[in-house]
Amino acid sequence: MTDVVMPQMGESIVEGTLTKWLKKPGDHVERDEPLFEISTDKVDTEIPSPAAGRLAEVLVQEGQTVPINTVVARIEEEGAATAETPPAKVVEPVRAPTPEAHPMPSPVEEEAAPAPVAPPEEAKPPGMLSPLVRRMAREHNIDLRNVTGTGAGGRITKQDLEAYIAAQAAHLAAPQAPPRQVAAAPAPSTPPPVPPQQAPPVTREEQPKTRIEPMSIMRMKIAEHMVMSKRTSAHVSTVHRVDMTKVARLRTLHKNDVQSRYGFSLTYLPFIVRAACETLRAFPIVNASIEGNNIVYHNEINIGIAVALENGLIVPVIRNADERSVLGLQRAIVDLAARARSRQLKPDEVQGGTFSITNFGSFGSLFGTPIINQPQVAILGVGAVEKTPVVVDDDAIAIRSVSLMSLTFDHRLIDGALADQFMQKLKAILENWSEQVL
Amino acid sequence: MRECEIRRLGRMEYGEALRLQQSLVQQRKQGVIPDQLLILEHPHTVTLGRNGKMEHLLADESALRRAGIAFYPTDRGGDITYHGPGQIVGYPIMDLREWKRDVVAYVRGLEQVLIDSLREFGLEAIRIPGWTGVWVAGRKIAAIGVHISRWVTSHGFALNVSTDLRYFQYIVPCGLTQPVTSVREMGVAAGYEEIVATLLRRFAGTFACKMTTTAAEMEKV
Repeated sequence: MTDVVMPQMGESIVEGTLTKWLKKPGDHVERDEPLFEISTDKVDTEIPSPAAGRLAEVLVQEGQTVPINTVVARIEEEGAATAETPPAKVVEPVRAPTPEAHPMPSPVEEEAAPAPVAPPEEAKPPGMLSPLVRRMAREHNIDLRNVTGTGAGGRITKQDLEAYIAAQAAHLAAPQAPPRQVAAAPAPSTPPPVPPQQAPPVTREEQPKTRIEPMSIMRMKIAEHMVMSKRTSAHVSTVHRVDMTKVARLRTLHKNDVQSRYGFSLTYLPFIVRAACETLRAFPIVNASIEGNNIVYHNEINIGIAVALENGLIVPVIRNADERSVLGLQRAIVDLAARARSRQLKPDEVQGGTFSITNFGSFGSLFGTPIINQPQVAILGVGAVEKTPVVVDDDAIAIRSVSLMSLTFDHRLIDGALADQFMQKLKAILENWSEQVL
Repeated sequence: MRECEIRRLGRMEYGEALRLQQSLVQQRKQGVIPDQLLILEHPHTVTLGRNGKMEHLLADESALRRAGIAFYPTDRGGDITYHGPGQIVGYPIMDLREWKRDVVAYVRGLEQVLIDSLREFGLEAIRIPGWTGVWVAGRKIAAIGVHISRWVTSHGFALNVSTDLRYFQYIVPCGLTQPVTSVREMGVAAGYEEIVATLLRRFAGTFACKMTTTAAEMEKV
C-alpha cells in the first residue's frame, strides 16, 4: 500500500482544499498520472499519483480542507497482499469550506503549524547579499526566500527588505509569511536579536487565542461609510409612538388575497414607505442633502430600504417611490431584497437615494438610532409592531398594535421641532390610513 | 540566469490559446523548452474557473452567443471572468521547481509585477488580502487565475487597459459584486504596447529571469 498525501505547494502553505478526484476508488492508476486536484488561493493544481496500482481507498472527500501531509488516499500495488496495511491515521478535516469562501490558507492556521523545514538545496537565498541586508534580515527574523529581489540579477536590496517589512506590518493576513514571524520581530530598542532557529517551535496542539481574517470588501466599505457619516452629520434621534392598529387590520384583511394574486406577502413596510413619501412631500428639507454651504432639495423621492445580508448590509433604492401604490412598493421591496441577497443588484440600484428606511423591528428591536446614509439628512427606523395596552381617548385601556418609530436626522440642517412635526405627520397618516390597498 | 521566452500572439481565440498552452506545458515538463510568457488579447470571451459558479454568469449561454461572446469552462483556479479587446492577457508557462516551489508566492509575484507596472503609470495599485487580483481605488483592474500541473504553471493574469467594461455586466467578476476598472478609465492614457513593455521588464525583475525572444518571433519582426 502506498499512502497518498496532501502535498505542500509552498513554504507558507499548511493545508489544501481537495477540489476534485480524477479517479474513483477501484480505478487503476499509473505512476505520475493525475490523481486529484487541489486549490489554494486561485491556483488549481493537479496532483500526480506517487505509485502505480489500484486506488484502494479515498480518505478525503471533494471540498474538504486538510493539513499538508494528511493521507488522502491509499494505492494498492496490484497483486499485493492487503494484510500489511499500515494502521490508518484518522483524518479530521480542518474545515469544510463554505460555498462562498474562496479557498485560501488562513494565516492563523498557518500560525499553529510547525515551522516548515526547507529542503537543504533550497536553504540558500537567491543571489548575493550585502552585509547590511543580512543583518536586517537577521534582526527582523526574515526568511530571505520570501523576499523578492529587485536589484541587479534579482539581488535583494535594503529597499526590498524595507518594503517587505512594511508590507508585512500592513498586511498581517497576507499569506507570504505567517504572522508569527512578525510577532517575533524585536522592538527597535531590544538588544540582541534571537536567531530564528532558537524561536520555540509552535506546535499544532496549542489553541490560538485569536483568529485573524481579512474583512470582506463589503465590510470595509460599510465600516468606512459608517464612520464617514458619523464624522459628517450631527446625528440626533427622536422617537414617536405610532398606533398601527388600522394598518394591521388592513394587512390582515388583504394578506391572503395579495399572496394568492401576486405571490408575495403583504407586510407593514410598504404602508410605512407610502406614508413617508407623503410626509417627505410636505417636508422637502428632510428629502434634501448638503453640498458645501448649499441645501440641495431633491425633486425625486428615492427611498433606500436597508436589507440585511448574511455578512453585511446593503441599501437598495426604490426610485420615485411616491409614484407607487402600497402593492407596487411591496413588489419593489420583495424584488430588491431578493436580488440584494443573491448579489444581483445593478450599481444604479444602490445609488441616488434621497431618504432611507431601516426596519430593525423585523428582528424584534423596539427602537434604534440608525446612522444616516450619506449624503442624505435623515433615516427612519421602524421598531417592532407589538400589541400593547395603551390609554385611549376616553381614559380607557385598550390593546393596540403599536410601533415605536425613530427619525435620526442631521441637526446641521433639520431642527428638532421640524423633525417632530415630520413624525407627527407620518404618525397621523399611518393611524388614520385612508387609502385603498386592493 | 533562467531564461523566459516571450511569445507575442496578438489577438487569439481562447480555445486556440488554450491548446497552445497545453502543448507548451507538455514541452516545458519534458524540459525541451525554457519558461515561456505568452502575451495576447482574446476576442470577447467569458471563462469559468474550476471553482466557479454558473450562477455568477448573469446571462445564459445563448444570450452570450447573441452578444458575440464565446464561453469556456476551464481548469484554472478562480471564478468567472471576462476577456476581450483592450485587455493584456499574460500566460506564463513556468516550472516553479526552478522558482521558489511555492504556488502562493507565485500568485503574489504575478500581483507584484502588475502592481509595480501600474505604479509606473501613477496608479495606486494594491492587493486586498483575501481577494487575489490587483485593485485600484476599490475597483478590480487585473484578475488572476492559475493552473499548476507538476509545478508547471498555465493560465495567468488579465489586465484591463482599454477594455469595454460594459461586457462585465454579463458576469459577477470572480464572484464579487465589486466594480471593475481599466487603466483608461482611471485616466491614464498610456498605450497597450507601452504597458506590455513595462510588464515584461517588471516580470523579469520579479521572477529573476532574462526575457528572450524566440527565433520565430524574430522573423515576425
